[in-house]
Amino acid sequence: MADEVKLHGVTGSPFVCRAVIALNLKGINYEFVAEDFSNKSADLLKYNPVYKKVPVLLHNGNPILESLVIVEYIDEVWKGVPILPQDAYEKAQARFWAKFMDDKCDPAIFKVISSHGEEQAVAEAHEALQFLENELKVKGNKYFGGDNINLVDIAAISIAYWIGAAEEALGIEVLSKHKFPKLTEWSDNYVNCQAVKDSLPPIENLVAFLKKRFSKAE
Amino acid sequence: MSSIEESEVVLLGWWASMYTSRVRIALSEKCINYENKEQDIVNKGPLLLKHNPIYKKVPVLIHKGKSICDSKIIVQYIDETWKEGYSLLPSDPYLKSQAAFWADYIDKHIYEGAKKVMMSKGEERQKALDEFLGYLKVLENELGEKPYFNGESFGFVDMALICYYSHLIAYGRIGNFSIEKDTPKLFAWASQCMKRESVSKALADPNKIYELASAHTF
Repeated sequence: MADEVKLHGVTGSPFVCRAVIALNLKGINYEFVAEDFSNKSADLLKYNPVYKKVPVLLHNGNPILESLVIVEYIDEVWKGVPILPQDAYEKAQARFWAKFMDDKCDPAIFKVISSHGEEQAVAEAHEALQFLENELKVKGNKYFGGDNINLVDIAAISIAYWIGAAEEALGIEVLSKHKFPKLTEWSDNYVNCQAVKDSLPPIENLVAFLKKRFSKAE
Repeated sequence: MSSIEESEVVLLGWWASMYTSRVRIALSEKCINYENKEQDIVNKGPLLLKHNPIYKKVPVLIHKGKSICDSKIIVQYIDETWKEGYSLLPSDPYLKSQAAFWADYIDKHIYEGAKKVMMSKGEERQKALDEFLGYLKVLENELGEKPYFNGESFGFVDMALICYYSHLIAYGRIGNFSIEKDTPKLFAWASQCMKRESVSKALADPNKIYELASAHTF
């Protein structure tokens, strides 16, 4: 029996994008169910009653929630391109950095975007980004995963793409090449990986979405 | 006093930390010998700062000189490294994803929820209590008729929640809530967990937590 895979999401969400990258990396056929936050589908409310949020992965009717949990699930079920390292210690390190993205980076980036680049928010985001910059510097690799992208790169999609779109949409600067040379280089390489390219919403659409969502009230 | 390299497994922890308790439970379930290094969490020592430079928090597991941070990540590392003996996580990817979701839910809501009740007064406290009990009811619902969140045997989600128990008892005394009276199903589950030596030995004395919490509340 063929696997039935559905992903409930919105194209403007970096968390949904994480799941899309994982699915594309593994070459999995899936159906994307576009959600409207002002009118959430009955399925979304049924499969994620606790948070009522996207992304939700449905695998043969079984729901998997939370973007990083979804990515790990995809890696375990579908072999092929590995997303997590095999070694337990390396795996723990990858999980740590992915969680760092969730706990520190993404909230900081969100604050910068929603505050239109307020000084304190930018300072906090820079502090978080500096840890990632150092990690790339110390390891000296192309990606957080080494020669190939891994869980951490996938988790960090908002840095590689959403920051740039927000900078354009709101006329702010967050990730300067001067301050973050390694992250900038990583970003350029990362968004050009085929699986990632196939997963990203067109930049004009994302810029328009962010402009609309975060524009200051007149 | 042995050096880090001499002890294969070292735990940097603090007696009142739920997250340290969580790791102690895991180490105990796996019958792993370790050296316990109690940390001063106010005046943080060089060991903690070296092995968890980003968060500077306990617990940190040091295995053969390499550090692993974050209690849930540490527990997974323990399960994946010491494969023989008791299984802490389900092997089925779907069940594993559910366990990850619920452990994350617990960490997002339970401590902050209980603390809010304890620290607030009057109308604010009632509101906080309703919210907190709401989270516990969600968990009771998830537990259902199973003896453990993990099913027939004690596992990851049980470990994730029971590590808060001493704090919930102590905070309940201050905040005027009772797991026994307000969520009897969870109380029954907790009593069952507390019968395990790994749990009863790992948790701090609720009276000592009460003293600590009282000092900060009044």
